[in-house]
Amino acid sequence: MSPDFGPVINALNLAPKNDEPTVTEQDDTVHDVIIVGSGPAGYTAAIYTARANLSPIVFAGSVTAGGELMNTTEVENYPGFIDGIMGPELMSSMQQQAERFGADIRYEDVVALELEGEVKTVTLEDGSVHRAHAVIIATGSAYRELGLPDEKRLSGHGVSWCATCDGFFFKKQHIAVVGGGDSALEEATFLTKFADKVTIIHRRDSFRASEIMQQRAFDDPKIEVLWNAEVVGINGADKVESVTVRDTQTQATSELAITGLFVAIGSDPRTGLVKDQLELTVDGTIAVDGRSSTTSLAGVFAAGDVVDSTYRQAITAAGSGCVAAVDVEHYLAALESRSVLHS
Amino acid sequence: MSAAKNVTDANFKTEVLEADKPVIVDFWAEWCGPCRMVGPVLDAIAAEHAGAVEVVKLNVDENPAVASQYGITSIPAIYLFAKGELVKKSVGAKPKSALEKEFADYLTAGN
Repeated sequence: MSPDFGPVINALNLAPKNDEPTVTEQDDTVHDVIIVGSGPAGYTAAIYTARANLSPIVFAGSVTAGGELMNTTEVENYPGFIDGIMGPELMSSMQQQAERFGADIRYEDVVALELEGEVKTVTLEDGSVHRAHAVIIATGSAYRELGLPDEKRLSGHGVSWCATCDGFFFKKQHIAVVGGGDSALEEATFLTKFADKVTIIHRRDSFRASEIMQQRAFDDPKIEVLWNAEVVGINGADKVESVTVRDTQTQATSELAITGLFVAIGSDPRTGLVKDQLELTVDGTIAVDGRSSTTSLAGVFAAGDVVDSTYRQAITAAGSGCVAAVDVEHYLAALESRSVLHS
Repeated sequence: MSAAKNVTDANFKTEVLEADKPVIVDFWAEWCGPCRMVGPVLDAIAAEHAGAVEVVKLNVDENPAVASQYGITSIPAIYLFAKGELVKKSVGAKPKSALEKEFADYLTAGN
């Protein structure tokens, strides 16, 4: 076992497991609330709605449970952890905390949502249909791609989106990370455990990342930064051999010989399931009313990165999951009092 | 991770390349979160299509030779071999339906 991975492996051993077989079942109940997604927003919404006795069902995803933090290493800015915590361990704790209060977490994929009307339906990959009075959409975001023609072709052969998964393959090599945010700098720093040299390619002349992450990168003798540079081509017959980089000031292009390219240029809200039913913002996130989680449809709430293109932190996602849970509580209470009045 | 049989650098040739049936190889490592997630998905595929394909796993940390021979730099890498040839590959953890679609040509017995 590679010693560099000790903490990652320990955290993953604590992480959620989806070894239970999927059982197709008929679900005739109209549940109070179904939560789609299982990052900090989804699990926090689960904790709060479970504690409100709403017996939430969480569709966590078959291969995406725990969300983006499952692919990260040390999380140092989540309050409450003096020495930081590994991403997978944090997600495992949230999952167990939600389960402790009775949340029903299922490692299944939602393929369709019908969000209009008083009863919402959620269809899973196995064809089973589940219904609820309220739905919380916490589907997070998906990694953005560079959009270059050779990116797909060389994906898995030098182009990567997961430093913790793939760093191992680049021992003693020269690789590059594209991006300038916290995740790009965290990946670059992590990758120096394996690579001889890591070049950060960033299209601006300063990083968006937090000061502490920047300082760590600047202090690392293995990290070099290519400012004002854009990747415009990925080259190599069967594997990455170089990238073509364009200087955003002079437009001059040059080649950088590398064997690996880690793409960390941000992510886009994952709205595929809802984009035809809910109003979206110009940024592509689900539109919500003010500081609430209320979407354009009654009984449908949204939380986490799918509503946030600005802050995008584990803690803001968790906070927004709490907001959604409280909104659901109020919505269901109003629904109940109305049906009592009408009966 | 999956409950599939382990193959190694040493027996890759006999277990995979010389196998009668097509073989799906799950290249994985202990530190890879997505690999752990996709394991049970592959187990389900193995169970449902037992007549058509075999699913095995290969730990790239302990068996670097085969992974390097096929130029693998991202895991999970899910490669399908038939008659000694690499015929299909899929990179990353994907849900069951997505993998079944990609490997559809080999999941029906008789192919």
